[in-house]
Amino acid sequence: MKTRHKRLILVAAGLATLALAAWLILSAFQKNLVFFFTPSQVLKGEAPHGRAFRMGGLVEAGSLKRLPDGVTVNFIVTDTAQRIPVVYRGILPDLFKEGKGVVSQGKLGQDGVFSADEVLAKHDENYMPPDAAYALKKAKQANQKVADTLVTGGTQTKDVK
Amino acid sequence: MIPEIGNFAIMLALCLALVQSILPIAGSFRGNQRWMALARPAAYGQFIFITFAFVCLVYAFVSNDFSVAYVASNSNSTLPVYYRVSGTWGGHEGSLLLWTQMLVLWTLAVALFSRQLPQETVARVLGVMGLISVGFLCFMLFTSDPFDRLLPAAADGNDLNPLLQDFGMIVHPPLLYMGYVGFSVAFAFAIAALMGGQLDAAWARRSRPWTLVAWMFLTLGIFLGSFWAYYELGWGGWWFWDAVENASFMPWLVGTALIHSLAVTEKRGSFKNWTVLLAIMAFSLSLLGTFLVRSGVLTSVHAFATDPRRGLFILVFLTIVIGGSLLLFAWRAPKVGLGGRFSLFSRESLLLANNVLLVVAAGTVFLGTLYPLFLDALDLGKISVGPPYFEAVFVPLMIPALLLMAIGPFVRWKESKWQDVWRNLRWVGAATLLLALAAVVTLTASPMLVFGLAVAAWILLATGWQLLQRLRHAPAGTSLLLRISSLPRSYWGMLIAHAGIGVFVVGVTLVKGMETANDVRMQIGDTTSAGGYVFRFTDLKDIQGPNYTATQAVFEVTRDGKTIAIMKPEKRLFTVQNMPMTEAAIDRGFTRDLYLALGEPVNKTTWIVRVQHKPFVCWIWAGCLIIAFGGLMAALDRRYRVSRRKRQEEGSAIPSDPLPNTATARG
Repeated sequence: MKTRHKRLILVAAGLATLALAAWLILSAFQKNLVFFFTPSQVLKGEAPHGRAFRMGGLVEAGSLKRLPDGVTVNFIVTDTAQRIPVVYRGILPDLFKEGKGVVSQGKLGQDGVFSADEVLAKHDENYMPPDAAYALKKAKQANQKVADTLVTGGTQTKDVK
Repeated sequence: MIPEIGNFAIMLALCLALVQSILPIAGSFRGNQRWMALARPAAYGQFIFITFAFVCLVYAFVSNDFSVAYVASNSNSTLPVYYRVSGTWGGHEGSLLLWTQMLVLWTLAVALFSRQLPQETVARVLGVMGLISVGFLCFMLFTSDPFDRLLPAAADGNDLNPLLQDFGMIVHPPLLYMGYVGFSVAFAFAIAALMGGQLDAAWARRSRPWTLVAWMFLTLGIFLGSFWAYYELGWGGWWFWDAVENASFMPWLVGTALIHSLAVTEKRGSFKNWTVLLAIMAFSLSLLGTFLVRSGVLTSVHAFATDPRRGLFILVFLTIVIGGSLLLFAWRAPKVGLGGRFSLFSRESLLLANNVLLVVAAGTVFLGTLYPLFLDALDLGKISVGPPYFEAVFVPLMIPALLLMAIGPFVRWKESKWQDVWRNLRWVGAATLLLALAAVVTLTASPMLVFGLAVAAWILLATGWQLLQRLRHAPAGTSLLLRISSLPRSYWGMLIAHAGIGVFVVGVTLVKGMETANDVRMQIGDTTSAGGYVFRFTDLKDIQGPNYTATQAVFEVTRDGKTIAIMKPEKRLFTVQNMPMTEAAIDRGFTRDLYLALGEPVNKTTWIVRVQHKPFVCWIWAGCLIIAFGGLMAALDRRYRVSRRKRQEEGSAIPSDPLPNTATARG
């Protein structure tokens, strides 16, 4: 085999590896990218059905309920504008609290209940998951528009913190 | 007063770093002996001043000086003293100081152990390290001074994040940083070689032991981080593909490619440009990792908006380091020769495959880690990339690398016949297939699990076989002990590290394939079972720690009626930050770990408990330690030291690796 042929083969093998890697990455990316939605966006129907996504906001005060089996919990996630019921089976993170920020990952059921397979809470007392903070900010902006015309709105969670 | 002295020491260190970087490099080009000779004393001085500043900060922590803002936000008077010491590197500012401390430590080591190097090389290597130090010291002084005062002083500190109050976190950051910063030596050697235009085998041989030691520390650092996450986070996971972990994993992958590529450059003179590029990449990724984790960018990319100076400085610094070194590379690389040729089937080409796979793998991790940040920074939407992505991409890329890893040592440099390799390895292959068949029959396991075990068996058997062959081919008549001790340590290092990968793969495969986890509601007196073990909830106590209160549950673990262990998981509440923490109880074993974690209370006598059975999880840790040990062995190879001693005896008249323009430049 001539040197040039060898080099060609090497280059071809390298390119093939890169192409394979690119293909793997792109297909895995497409399948596994998890998008983030706020409860308001979910109610507007922007979130996908039958595909996992993340939803963040506050755990509504007084909404946390444990089912008789002891392991399944229900709670409501709100961005202060809209509310979405969530069901989760498993142990909640240490810093999960009513009235505090939360991000959950899972799928939206036909009945409008979000069934989460992962729940993330904030890391310490001052820090809110960035996504949850983002949801609140979004809702606040939306509320502001409403408030400009209606004067009320957006204050029901003030006493929570 | 002491914080001000510490601050002053940092400023003095900055002055020395400027001297250490500018004069020796300039001197090396102008042939000015005196300027070059400044590198070593400047490095010693810098080490003394930074160490002094570091001690000042530790003292501020230990003496509870809450008038220092950094101490006030990362410590508390009730914190035990050893956590106060480790609190020194618990936040952004202190981490930077620790980083710099490691840098001056490595610089000191280079200055001390480089007597045999030509003066130009020493001047340039120390000069480049001085430049890095200038960058970090400026960053610290202008944007994140650990000694900033808080006036009026806080009455008490905000406490160290409870997650960091653990032995693992005392040791993990220093080891990790030793690894990160260690790559700066490889980087400095590469840049120095580019400056001098001498990319040769001697350069590769000099930077090899340093790179190996750095890589060993990084391996240990990542291992400790994973080990810590396993027992401290309370979930029993050992790798989450979290951005923080990925930040340390990327330099490791590239560093692994680098140590293999350096071997080719040293032995055969090939891959020179590629090796330099890898050294630049490994260090750049180390810098990126440090900044990613410590700058707050992961918490929120908009964190920079609150202090834009930090973000700007980091971006400028990264641009200078990466851009500058790549420019130098682009300028110098075309002059570098190609080195030894090799045929399609040779050790070189297999190592090339190893390099391509590792770098592509690092690239995929890079994409998955930074793409979401990138989108978020540009306000293009919020996405996350979870473990499924990394597993889907990383595992298929690593499988060929693992399979080739076993073959590599059997293949000759330059040119090899595949028939020889086949003859050598066919029985190993047959044994692997037999073992896989046995696993299919006995374990009734999933195909993936059997495949993983087969890969591990292939690596371990081939590595063992390689050793046997090598021992058999030693000169006849020598004793086994003599044969064993006559093998070079770098060879042992390779075999050990490869075997470590095999052990690691066993652990990963079995944990992934056979672990069980159940969330159970348990009342005192209840029992549950997992993996053939019965767990009985016997008692519940309240206990008081130094800075926390806790509820402790007591479980009796039995197997076939025999008591195996008493396990006591806790739920702690750290009082200063009002932060709850799960303290899991783990019963470790050679073939399995039992893992108990308290979830949340249902009522006074009932808790939700997570019960996990994790087969062979300690093989993961053992694998990591074996890999790191392999790196150490390779770094201790005699040829890195003997040649030095020899040269000292012979005097400088006959350098054993003559450099073309050493003599002329000295004039």
